[in-house]
Amino acid sequence: MTLPSSGEAVAKPASSGLGWLLDQRVLLSIAVLALLPWLLPSKALAVNVLIYGVVVMGYNLLFGYTGLLSFGQAAFFGAGAYFTGIAIGRYGIPWFAAVPIAVLLSTCLAAAIGIVSTRTRGIYFSMVTLALAQLVYYVALQAASFTGGENGLRGFTVDRISLFGLQVNFLDPVNKYYVLMAFAALAMWFQSRILNSPFGAVIEAIRENEQRARACGYDVERSKLVVFMLSGAISSLGGCMLALHLSIVPLDILHYQTSGMIVMMVLLGGARSFFGPFVGAASFLILEDVISLWTPHWQIFVGAIFVLFVLFLPKGIWGTLLDALGVGKARR
Amino acid sequence: MDLSLIIMQLLSGIALGAVLVITALGLTIVFGMLGVVNFAHGALFMIGAYAGLYLASLTGSFWWGLLLAPILIGVFGMLIEFVLIRRLYGRSIDDPLLLTFGLSYILVEGVRIVFGSDGIPFPTPPQLVGVLDLGIGFFPRYRLFVIVLVAVVLLVLWLTLEKTRVGLIVRAGARDPTIMQVLGVDIGRVWLAIFGLGVGLAALGGVLAGPMRSVNPEMGSLVLAEAFVVTVIGGLGSIVGAVVAGLMVGISISMVALFAPEMATIVMFALMAVVLLIRPQGLFGVRGRTA
Repeated sequence: MTLPSSGEAVAKPASSGLGWLLDQRVLLSIAVLALLPWLLPSKALAVNVLIYGVVVMGYNLLFGYTGLLSFGQAAFFGAGAYFTGIAIGRYGIPWFAAVPIAVLLSTCLAAAIGIVSTRTRGIYFSMVTLALAQLVYYVALQAASFTGGENGLRGFTVDRISLFGLQVNFLDPVNKYYVLMAFAALAMWFQSRILNSPFGAVIEAIRENEQRARACGYDVERSKLVVFMLSGAISSLGGCMLALHLSIVPLDILHYQTSGMIVMMVLLGGARSFFGPFVGAASFLILEDVISLWTPHWQIFVGAIFVLFVLFLPKGIWGTLLDALGVGKARR
Repeated sequence: MDLSLIIMQLLSGIALGAVLVITALGLTIVFGMLGVVNFAHGALFMIGAYAGLYLASLTGSFWWGLLLAPILIGVFGMLIEFVLIRRLYGRSIDDPLLLTFGLSYILVEGVRIVFGSDGIPFPTPPQLVGVLDLGIGFFPRYRLFVIVLVAVVLLVLWLTLEKTRVGLIVRAGARDPTIMQVLGVDIGRVWLAIFGLGVGLAALGGVLAGPMRSVNPEMGSLVLAEAFVVTVIGGLGSIVGAVVAGLMVGISISMVALFAPEMATIVMFALMAVVLLIRPQGLFGVRGRTA
């Protein structure tokens, strides 16, 4: 794969001062996330922002950068969680090995779903990903001996972990947060590398004009499949984090409502921006927390706010903010 | 396993498929005309079932519920088009989809507030309780009624589309809305009516399904996935496709339920995957627009 001769995605502005700082998006994001438990009202909320942030970030690769609106990302989020739980609980595999195994298996699932769904375009793609993710949901529901069916997967508590001979109490929320943050940091580094690579430019070219990308000689179908798998892999890492955090995997994680929540988060935060997914996850979860304090029917407000965002603020909170500050496309 | 059992199961499948056909038809007509996939279609199906139940208990007759609920919800659908979706024409194709998805959240939670989260039984109308002897076995009267009613609705729709002036405008509008405007047709009004029709069909599907499934706020999410599978198999925007695929899915579900019940919910997705691998545009779909 060769570099496109021109195009915004690869045209890097000269680095100096503030510009240099903005170029360090991974380090900046990690710094913000490191402070998060002390900025939010509860540690539990911070862990959730971290987990959903990673899931939504992976989804953003597909929706924001490639322009593929999938309604089935829950399949990979759930697969990561289920595979982690099954590997630890059923096969006694230590957690540090269970996570890469789970990500690998989820990526295989993404390949299978991707082969079928990336053959379709536009609205069809959204419908097909939704249907195939529901298939995964029903398979997990039926295969109760493996997944625990409706009751969810239980019995794989990770309470302490040893890092280089150091015993860490994983039940302590602060310890848990920083261990999981290491995963998030890894995912952010990986995503940033993808976006900065020639491949990252190709997927943006596909979003901007699929036919032109094809005419330029890029294998659009294969690129879509690869980005589908990469996106699934990153989101499944979020699932692994959730499994380690909760010590159970609820069946609802695979439901299409979860996919919808991921879509809402990316739009609230701002698709096509590096840190937008974390802003979106945080806003959604804070909104849920605050509204559910005074009414159990928080979903009606979340739905209404989402509708208003689609109508009037399609770039989301972070995207609109970056626009207002005049941050260039290459730095997002 | 004797033949009569298989034939009875086939009839059950057709009844199940008939509801799917009506629901998927609403989705596919709206897409064919407006290029909008309505993600709130499942939620509107569910609201249709609740409206039918409520109107039936209000008037004391299932038949009023069956007649009024689709009309009422259809008008509500026109309101949705007029207030919300109309603003998004000309924007990204994803925007109406996202908007209707948000709307489905509001509708489902709204029903939970009004009717509660628990399922409500939908009584079968007294005239249709019980079974009918078909010579080879007994078949529920209500299911037979569903098959007949859906066939009648399909016939009326087909005649309207093919034989009337209104149908001519609708078909031409699906081909080329700009030319229709040049010819002096107010395409906005046509779209409004079509969206109302699509939503009304979802509501009709909901009322018909009521006595066969239990009515609860979550019933729409499975229906949405089913309707998607049917339209993807049949080809989005194709009316014939929706009918053929709806019956195909209904029959496969009930046939598989006979031999391997635990696979029944999974088979339609497998069917869809196979169709997509062979014909990405669906059985009756036109290549180019969607695949």
